[in-house]
Amino acid sequence: MLQIECPWCGACDQSEFSYGGEAHIARPKTPADLSDQEWGDYLFNRENPKGWHREQWCHTAGCRRWFNAVRDTVTSRIKAYYQMGAVPPEEDGR
Amino acid sequence: MSQRWRLATGGCINRSRPLRFVFNGRVLTGYEGDTLASALIANGIRTVARSFKYHRPRGIVGVGAEEPNAIFQVGEGRKTVPGLRATQVELYEGLTAYSVNGWPSVEFDIYAINDLIGGLLPAGFYYKTFMWPRSFWKRYEHRIRQMAGLGRAPDASDPDTYDKRNIHCDVLVVGAGPSGLMAALTAARSGARVIVADEQSEFGGGLLGTGIEIGGMEAGKWVQKMVEALEKWPEVMMLSRSTVTGYHDHNFLVINERRTDHLSNPVPLMSRERMWRVRAKQVVLATGAIERPLVFADNDRPGVMLASAVSVYMQRYAVLPGRSLVIFTNNDSAYRVVHDAINAGAVVKGVVDLREGAASEAADAARRVGVPVYRGHVVTAVKSGFGGVNRINIGRLSADGRSVVAHKGSIECDVLAMSGGWNPTVHLHAQSGGRPVFDEAKACFLPGFSVQAERSTGACAGEFDLSLCLVGAVEAASEALRQVGIDPVTVDTPGTAQHTEAPLRALWSIPGDRAMPRGKKFVDYQNDTTEADIRLAAREGYRSIEHVKRYTALGFGTDQGKLGNVNGMAILADALGQSPSAIGTTTYRPNYTPVTFGAIAGRAVGEVLFDPIRRTPMHEWHVENGAAFEDVGQWKRPWYYPLPGEDREKAVSRECLATRHSVGILDASTLGKIEITGRDAAELLDRIYTNAWKSLSVGRCRYGLMLGEDGMVMDDGVTSRLSEHRYLMTTTTGGAAHVLNWLERWLQTEWPELKVFLTSVTDRWAVTSIAGPKSRELLESLSEGIDCSPEAMPFMSFCEGRVAGIAARVFRISFSGEVAYEINVSADQGLLLWRAVMEAGKPFGITPYGTDAMHVLRAEKGYVIVGQDTDGSVTPIDLGMDWIVSKKKDFIGKRSLFRADTARDNRKQLVGLKTEDSTVVLPEGAQLVNGFSSSRPVPMVGHVTSSYFSATLEHSIALALIKGGRARLGGSVYAPLLDGRLIKATITEPVFYDSDNVRQRG
Repeated sequence: MLQIECPWCGACDQSEFSYGGEAHIARPKTPADLSDQEWGDYLFNRENPKGWHREQWCHTAGCRRWFNAVRDTVTSRIKAYYQMGAVPPEEDGR
Repeated sequence: MSQRWRLATGGCINRSRPLRFVFNGRVLTGYEGDTLASALIANGIRTVARSFKYHRPRGIVGVGAEEPNAIFQVGEGRKTVPGLRATQVELYEGLTAYSVNGWPSVEFDIYAINDLIGGLLPAGFYYKTFMWPRSFWKRYEHRIRQMAGLGRAPDASDPDTYDKRNIHCDVLVVGAGPSGLMAALTAARSGARVIVADEQSEFGGGLLGTGIEIGGMEAGKWVQKMVEALEKWPEVMMLSRSTVTGYHDHNFLVINERRTDHLSNPVPLMSRERMWRVRAKQVVLATGAIERPLVFADNDRPGVMLASAVSVYMQRYAVLPGRSLVIFTNNDSAYRVVHDAINAGAVVKGVVDLREGAASEAADAARRVGVPVYRGHVVTAVKSGFGGVNRINIGRLSADGRSVVAHKGSIECDVLAMSGGWNPTVHLHAQSGGRPVFDEAKACFLPGFSVQAERSTGACAGEFDLSLCLVGAVEAASEALRQVGIDPVTVDTPGTAQHTEAPLRALWSIPGDRAMPRGKKFVDYQNDTTEADIRLAAREGYRSIEHVKRYTALGFGTDQGKLGNVNGMAILADALGQSPSAIGTTTYRPNYTPVTFGAIAGRAVGEVLFDPIRRTPMHEWHVENGAAFEDVGQWKRPWYYPLPGEDREKAVSRECLATRHSVGILDASTLGKIEITGRDAAELLDRIYTNAWKSLSVGRCRYGLMLGEDGMVMDDGVTSRLSEHRYLMTTTTGGAAHVLNWLERWLQTEWPELKVFLTSVTDRWAVTSIAGPKSRELLESLSEGIDCSPEAMPFMSFCEGRVAGIAARVFRISFSGEVAYEINVSADQGLLLWRAVMEAGKPFGITPYGTDAMHVLRAEKGYVIVGQDTDGSVTPIDLGMDWIVSKKKDFIGKRSLFRADTARDNRKQLVGLKTEDSTVVLPEGAQLVNGFSSSRPVPMVGHVTSSYFSATLEHSIALALIKGGRARLGGSVYAPLLDGRLIKATITEPVFYDSDNVRQRG
């Protein structure tokens, strides 16, 4: 079980959080203008990297706020947290 | 006389406390301090089990978690536990244990025939044989499992309680052998918060019972001193009988503490087991090593044991596994048995050492006490009688180790103590994410790179010299302390005698006696995997150890291959001409040893604690009035209210008819309710729902459908505009939490510019719903300040006022197709209102109805239930609800409705079904076909989603999703049922009753 540092509540067990998948997938402004391919890409395709992954978490059983984390998908180490809308921290290339 | 194999003196047992126990129906005695295994040895019981596949007689091999044979059902009745290793079961007065494999008994097992026909049962036999024809596997499986004997579950619910506790620490030390104790003392003295967990009943690990001198005193004394010193520190917690079973992410470890299993009369109310959930800043693994068997012909006969186990039984438990021993080894550590056995009064007939050359300190010491040492020799055959080993053959090994060049003769013995070297217990390191690496010199896997905040020390790091272990433990602890910002104090390590050990010689498979070529060489005792099985797998093309594992069942037992895995990997490497490092290990997974379901469940069992139960404010009334309840999510909802003598069908029909003809009353409190406030509330609704919301005026209600971004229906409900910037959204009962999270997520992550606040008010309101032609009259008789006329309160509107004197919000919405009102009052007034409505409704014959009648009424009207008539793959178009999908604005999921797959015309669409025979009610979930078909598989055209008998229509009705169903109205489909009937039905519009909505608008 991961230990996640909610930016508002501090470190808590993963069981208090829900996972939101890859971060920074912006909803297209005008979906109607997109081809099936482009819309499908937004809908289904994700990076799934081996290594650092910017992802969304929500402190569901706590303050209920969404935030971003940068987690290593191999070791599950989390190196940074940042708020929604904030610029992601520089990647150091692990 | 009992305990004939017990030594007169010595051991860590209490001879003044004899304990009686029962094994396979025989009453035996042991002593306090015994394990079940040592007590069986004390009583001379050699054959304790039958093997999994060949049903060969088996004896005790090991002394700890690695034991593959002596696995028993322990305890009786509700408290019985299957699959316990006798080596880890502490003896107590009255203990009962049974072998699980072997019928009619372990001494005489009828399935031992499998051993004689063993040549017909190669690796993969079950896969190859019983998978054809495929559908028969279900029949074979049961029989095979019965033959295999895996123990049995208790026949009644567990009377014991189990605990869970959360705890944090600076350093968790796993294992309290010399390394663990030394590491713990270093951390404790430095002021750290320390937990020490050890799976045994006593601390000391491998030192227990040995005569080793450490720090100028006998090992037992030293351990005692160390434990006393540790226990003085308030921040140190010492847990015995506590196995660290799992090492999970972010240094989260689970300790399974067994608190009462060793007691004959446990303290009442004390939990039987406890799961410690530990978040450790640093972990020091001091889990030791497990001796490795040698792989030679008939190495599974009772009496063939791990050399270290033989020593421990003699020294710690003061029992003799045999009176005349031969030792078979590839390393120096097994020579210790020579001296331990002689001290215990046994005869050592010889040491068979497969290494060449005479120069060895250990061998010289053995010769000095008169024990012959056969260097360069191997055990070629094991002869056994009724009680196990009675003679072994030895032969001279060829230089390349592949064959036996000369027969040397045979030696009579009753125990063969074997040692193939040591496997560091790297399980937890591997679970933490580390990858063990093969060390050629030590011929074993050592911990690799640490992924988490952990380090291994002592034997589990491949250090087998005691004095170096002690020094290493202090270093490991000091480094762990520095990592958490604690300055380690200097701790002196006690002195011990040093030995020079000659290197071992890895020979993964011992060549056999040419006279006895058929002797099986077992690699995995628990699963009867032989060396030949692994070589066969390699010949058949298996290359990955993970595949070979699954094909041969190597390491698949409850012991998870603690003895056999490394031998198996090395044999595979040999068969493939590779080195063991190229093969690698299989994945080590939690749990290290099996954990009971009780410990996993903890207190979260039973009606009350497994999952919270939610009851509406009117629940008490429903119970008083004999409602049958249905679980909807966590809610208890009245299902139907049977009158005396009524079954469910009769009750539901009566409830439906009463509602259609007069007035029915339903507890609708469970519907999800979310208050949406703020300047942009309407904008949010516009984006979430498929229809338009800005045009909704205050005081009016509108039905809405929400989709996932994939265009599939996710939830539905009525939302009302309470005031300019304030809306009340209702959701399905089961979807309430999900919808709230859904809205919240869009607001926070995608649309932070919207000024909207969401509040869950589900529990805030109690909702009494009245429906039927008399509902208006009933409401009028109860309300003050509410104009109930159709003009003042038309369909899909609401007003505020008092009902039965209680402040209420009354919504005129309908899920039944009748004139209906949902009266919302403060939750604490809910029961009061309900009783008042029931009282006032008497003249109308008011009838309470439950979810079952509600379902029938809405199905008659063709109203879908999201999650029943939809399954996450249904669009609004599929439901025929195009009318609610806005063409003008964008909303979540809209673009997906125009993807090629969502727009194709043979999608499953919602239709009604009317069976040819009006009394036949189709089962929900029934598959639909176009009729008889000779081709297989028969093409499926859809399935039934809802199906009821409608008392109002005196006809069975159903809703179904059928491919291209909208184009087939008036046509027929067939439902083939399990009982062989083929039911014909006509495809209809999904609305069966009042399709013009005259009644509900009235």
